[in-house]
Amino acid sequence: MEPNYQHLYEILANSQGYIFPNEIDLQWGILIVVYPFVTGLVAGAFILASLERVFKDKILKPTYQIALLTALSFLLVATLPLISHLSQPQRAYEIMITPHGSSAMAIFGFVYLWYLMVVLLLEIWFDYRHSMVVWADEKKGIMKWVYRILTLGLSDISPRTLTWDRKLGYFITVVGIPSAFILHGYVGFIFGSIKANPWWSTPLMPIIFLFSAMVSGISMVMLIYMVVSYIRTKTMDINVLDSIGKYLFFVLILDFTIEGLDQIHRIYEAEESFETIKLLVEGKLYLTLFISQGLIGTIIPLIVLAFLQFYKGKIKLRKTLYFIIGILVLIGVYSMRWNVVIGGQLFSKSFSGFTSFKVGLIGLDGTLMAAFWLILPFGILAFLLWLLPPWKMVQEEE
Amino acid sequence: MGNERVKSSRRKFLKSAATASVAIVGYTWLKSSQFLIHAAEPEDKNLPWYGIVIDIEKCIGCGMCAKACKNENDVPAEPFFFRTWVEQYTVKNDGSVEIISPNGGIDGFKQTVPDEDIFKSYFVPKMCNHCAKSPCDQVCPVGATYTSPEGVVLIDEKYCIGCRYCVQACPYGCRFIHPEKKVANKCTLCYHRIKKGLAPACMENCPTGSRMYGNLRDSNSEIVKFLKEHTTQVLRPNLNTGSKLYYNALSSEVR
Repeated sequence: MEPNYQHLYEILANSQGYIFPNEIDLQWGILIVVYPFVTGLVAGAFILASLERVFKDKILKPTYQIALLTALSFLLVATLPLISHLSQPQRAYEIMITPHGSSAMAIFGFVYLWYLMVVLLLEIWFDYRHSMVVWADEKKGIMKWVYRILTLGLSDISPRTLTWDRKLGYFITVVGIPSAFILHGYVGFIFGSIKANPWWSTPLMPIIFLFSAMVSGISMVMLIYMVVSYIRTKTMDINVLDSIGKYLFFVLILDFTIEGLDQIHRIYEAEESFETIKLLVEGKLYLTLFISQGLIGTIIPLIVLAFLQFYKGKIKLRKTLYFIIGILVLIGVYSMRWNVVIGGQLFSKSFSGFTSFKVGLIGLDGTLMAAFWLILPFGILAFLLWLLPPWKMVQEEE
Repeated sequence: MGNERVKSSRRKFLKSAATASVAIVGYTWLKSSQFLIHAAEPEDKNLPWYGIVIDIEKCIGCGMCAKACKNENDVPAEPFFFRTWVEQYTVKNDGSVEIISPNGGIDGFKQTVPDEDIFKSYFVPKMCNHCAKSPCDQVCPVGATYTSPEGVVLIDEKYCIGCRYCVQACPYGCRFIHPEKKVANKCTLCYHRIKKGLAPACMENCPTGSRMYGNLRDSNSEIVKFLKEHTTQVLRPNLNTGSKLYYNALSSEVR
């Protein structure tokens, strides 16, 4: 099939100043925006879960399993936008078989597998084993076998074994926290280590990614907790929301501070690329950076969350505010991913001009596909919540 | 007695085996821990180590190099894919700089700035810098991009997964994804030609001889002589890419 260059001619006509001829086409599109967003949700949701487990925040207990299952649902999808973005996806396995030692990207498969197999799956398994054994006894037909297979045949539920389940689960959570930090800090490093790109190249990038990941994961779990409670027609516990809101507030402050520091540093040092980046943020990134990421995703949530630290009035109002803030923060973090990934490719490395980006609706890297990768985890989560309902778990004496 | 002797020799063996394996693992780890530092070293001292010189003073902006390259290397004709191209810089009297490269310079240039506004104007041919510490080679997740023993940065097309990380990593904009082959593509210094002793297509076709390549290790080579006698500079020296493309008479506007 003859490639169609029509869209490239349009971009060429819309480019400003001088860009290197090979730079007209953006290499990383909307799927690469989705990828760090999804991975961030995984890391953030897991860290929220560990707050309950390791730091013994008992108020958060109702969100613990929801957070773990949310992390798993998004993690299962995390690699798919990446692989579907490769132009030779059938060779993707080469990255595992012959990883190139000096490439930041080469380690992704291993970090991912470690996190999936060693951290998340094991932790969920230890957490649910007791319940799955009980469910396997209660259920009939195929479900009996499903749970039996899920227990991997280990049906011993003597108190001593259960204590070991708890201990090992705890140990994995402790290992899991640095793993979550590595998983997402590492995603930041993929961008932060590209010295050719001044918009990306900063040692703060992994930390920025990590904190924005926590912000987004916490918001997502909060929203899912609210929606799940609504669907189950259970009253949600306002103390849980207040507690999550408090964590969200503090992490958002940290996130805002570090991102602010990054920008102030750029402006003050005003290196070679400064004029170009100034034009970029004042022009093509104005809406997504200042309005969407800054105002909607950070400033407004910060003000409202600060207000909610003191205001303990009407519960209904607080719930509504938390819901709105959750959505705003997610919009903000998605915009942040956009600003990094797309923003970093809009200016020429000649620092003399800009290309432009138009997302198509259809196609493998179009909006619909990106939306699909963003919706799919919710489908997986619904399935997991049906298979492993946290509210039907066997309550253990502690 | 005999038992004791066997036991003690077994113990000795185990001890030395353990020491040896720790040493081997340790050495391997130390060696591989240099993964953070990326630089291509000339492997074989008997092989040439290629560098390139482009003399800006000689370039007339005819674009024959870019055209010849496209013909030689199966580069799509569309103006979005170039292994080499020519840029025209026009510094105006007010200090502003106008840079153009219509169709990579293949169809030649037309000066758009009125004569009276021009302070100076010159052409800059661009191509892969065949960096010794090439960022594109460094980031390739599968090692499909590699540096040949002669210091030429090449791509294994059957191996590239098309992740485009290398395109992002090249500060000079020298890489693109081949629209038909769907893998990364770039200048190979016409490796297939230079291995036979022929000049790369762009140099073969340059009417003014403004491009030259040669063995940087041979002190009698033309390129070494040129580097000795001229003040040359590489692009973006601050990035420490170990560029082996040296420009004569490079002006500060060029990146």
